[in-house]
Amino acid sequence: MITQITNSLYDQLIADFELKSILSASSEPARLQQLRATAFEQFRLNGFPTTKVEDWKYINLAPFLKGEFNTEPTDEPLPGLDEAIAKATIPKLDCYQVIMVNGQYQAELSHIVPGEAIHISTLSSAINQPAFQSHFGKYIDLDKNHFAALNTALYRDGLFIEMAAKAIADKPLHIIHITTADSNLFLQPRHLFVIGAHAEISIIESFVSVDGNNDVAKLVVNNVSEIVVGEQAQLKHYYIQTGHPNTSYIHHTQIEQKSSSGYNNYKASFPGTGLLRNNLNVSLNGENIESHLYGIYLAGGRQLVDNHTIVDHLKPHCYSNELYKGVMKDEAIAVFNGKVLVRKDAQKTNAFQKNNNLMLSKTAVVDSKPQLEIFADDVKCSHGSTIGQFNEDALFYLKARGIGEDKAKALLIHAFAYDVTEKVPLPAVQAYINHLIEEGLGGSVMSDE
Amino acid sequence: MLIIKNLRASVEGKEILKGVNLEVKTGEIHAIMGPNGSGKSTLASVLAGNNNYEVTAGEVWLDGKDLLELSPEDRAREGVFLAFQYPVEIPGVSNINFLRTAMNEIRAYRNLPVLEAKEFLKMVKEKQKLVEFDAALTNRSLNEGFSGGEKKRNEIFQLAMLDPKLAILDETDSGLDIDALRIVSKGVNTLRSEKNAFVLITHYQRLLDYIVPDFVHVLYNGQIAKTGSKELALELEEKGYDWLKEEVKEKELA
Repeated sequence: MITQITNSLYDQLIADFELKSILSASSEPARLQQLRATAFEQFRLNGFPTTKVEDWKYINLAPFLKGEFNTEPTDEPLPGLDEAIAKATIPKLDCYQVIMVNGQYQAELSHIVPGEAIHISTLSSAINQPAFQSHFGKYIDLDKNHFAALNTALYRDGLFIEMAAKAIADKPLHIIHITTADSNLFLQPRHLFVIGAHAEISIIESFVSVDGNNDVAKLVVNNVSEIVVGEQAQLKHYYIQTGHPNTSYIHHTQIEQKSSSGYNNYKASFPGTGLLRNNLNVSLNGENIESHLYGIYLAGGRQLVDNHTIVDHLKPHCYSNELYKGVMKDEAIAVFNGKVLVRKDAQKTNAFQKNNNLMLSKTAVVDSKPQLEIFADDVKCSHGSTIGQFNEDALFYLKARGIGEDKAKALLIHAFAYDVTEKVPLPAVQAYINHLIEEGLGGSVMSDE
Repeated sequence: MLIIKNLRASVEGKEILKGVNLEVKTGEIHAIMGPNGSGKSTLASVLAGNNNYEVTAGEVWLDGKDLLELSPEDRAREGVFLAFQYPVEIPGVSNINFLRTAMNEIRAYRNLPVLEAKEFLKMVKEKQKLVEFDAALTNRSLNEGFSGGEKKRNEIFQLAMLDPKLAILDETDSGLDIDALRIVSKGVNTLRSEKNAFVLITHYQRLLDYIVPDFVHVLYNGQIAKTGSKELALELEEKGYDWLKEEVKEKELA
């Protein structure tokens, strides 16, 4: 039954690839064509993952992929873009906005970043850049990542950002990814960010749907980002994920860190998007690297939120810390699967991981699976996971001071999320995330000025 | 102000309060003493509305309002304040934000305007001074990392801020050193007035050297076994509770 349903999209994509290879055979460099062909072969063999695949065992994709899809977005402008940009704009954040619509870079809607240090373009126009040639398609295991393989085979375009060595960004970049469709659409954006040695930047990525358009159309986004953080470079990377219930996101983010670099990821997701699958894989491929992964997911409705992370310690003397917190409402389902790998050479590794969940409803479900695989013998590692409800004593204490039930709960939810939200370094982004938490909880207000 | 009639309450099916009768008038201070397990803290929890306790019979009236009908937050808004025996630590909720939320919720219930930030902070300073509570509150989580004494002082500080009609102090003196006890008592003595009333639940007579009660009640086996003046506390200190237990037994037999 399951294979039957996914067959139609699968067949369509297979046909797409064959057509595309005939049409664009000459326009792309040989290495890229070869990469696409290999990736396509992987996907052709593996197909879409079923629940029999360990990494997908909690999610039945069939209902999300069922039906007919366009696989090429139309170039016609769809209404509602301005509203979507306004909605995703973070109040009081001084930044350079980069606007993406259905995976396509919109230079005319984006801010101009002055100077030479930060280069922003479409990915398709960057294929002759040295950074593209040395990094593109080098870091993702296509055998294990069905969707990343499919994306590699068939991606059309996306964003390319290169930051020069030793450059320090004067403002953060805020990339707003807008998706919109008036009929079923299967999108495959592809991005590459290369942060040069000793460079420093904050990149915020927001994901929004255009209101209205998605009420009838199904939208599936198979997004792949490859990010290289050079030696001694610092990247603070934010994901703010919202969207329409008819939208499914499958994100694969692959981070390649060089020696003495720092990568911090702050991921916040909110009710809306029907399916949200985040693969965040960080490869600590050098010594003295530091990585911090913070996540807050507030899930509601019948939402499915699945966070898979891999922190791969390849070399000695590195530090990684991961903290994901979930607030679960209604009939939402969340999966946390965090794997920490410490390879044989990665002596003196410090690796910590924690996942905590607060259940607000009896019908919400969390599957939490922290994993440690250690092959070195001189390391300090810990992991843990909790699933709980409101602390009744705390709730009573607040109520006994005159604070009403809803407000008391809102205070406790904010307190629960605080371990993650307080880590968000940009105050405007922190305030914005707190605001989205409030909104996601359904109007409970907090007096915090 | 407070009238308790034949109050019975149980926890997990076990009856703890077995018909408590008590009347507290404005301006009065009542001390409730009694051996461990006599139901002192249960009485405090039931009055504040803790739903771990089931009220099986009786009535509680606060200035003509049926207290048992009200939610814990509405009881607080009507002017009931419980100083907890074990104040809860709530990481992530700042002391100041908590207090401001509480004050504004109570004010909204009484149709009073929201307190201006400036006024509020001025009041915080003033009341902190009153209870000699100089802990920095702004950037600290509620009771988190507070010592036992600091937590108790924070309760009295909150009491000073919220200015309740009826304050119930549940073993606020336990675990306090003599300096802290003196400060807490000074706070209560400053806050007492002709408009409010205090119920002090305590195990030790020591507190009553500092706060002089109008009445002393002994709670034993879920009932008020004896009521007297402050001298009763001294008598209990000297003789313990055994003579009282005997007296109760004799009464039961008779």
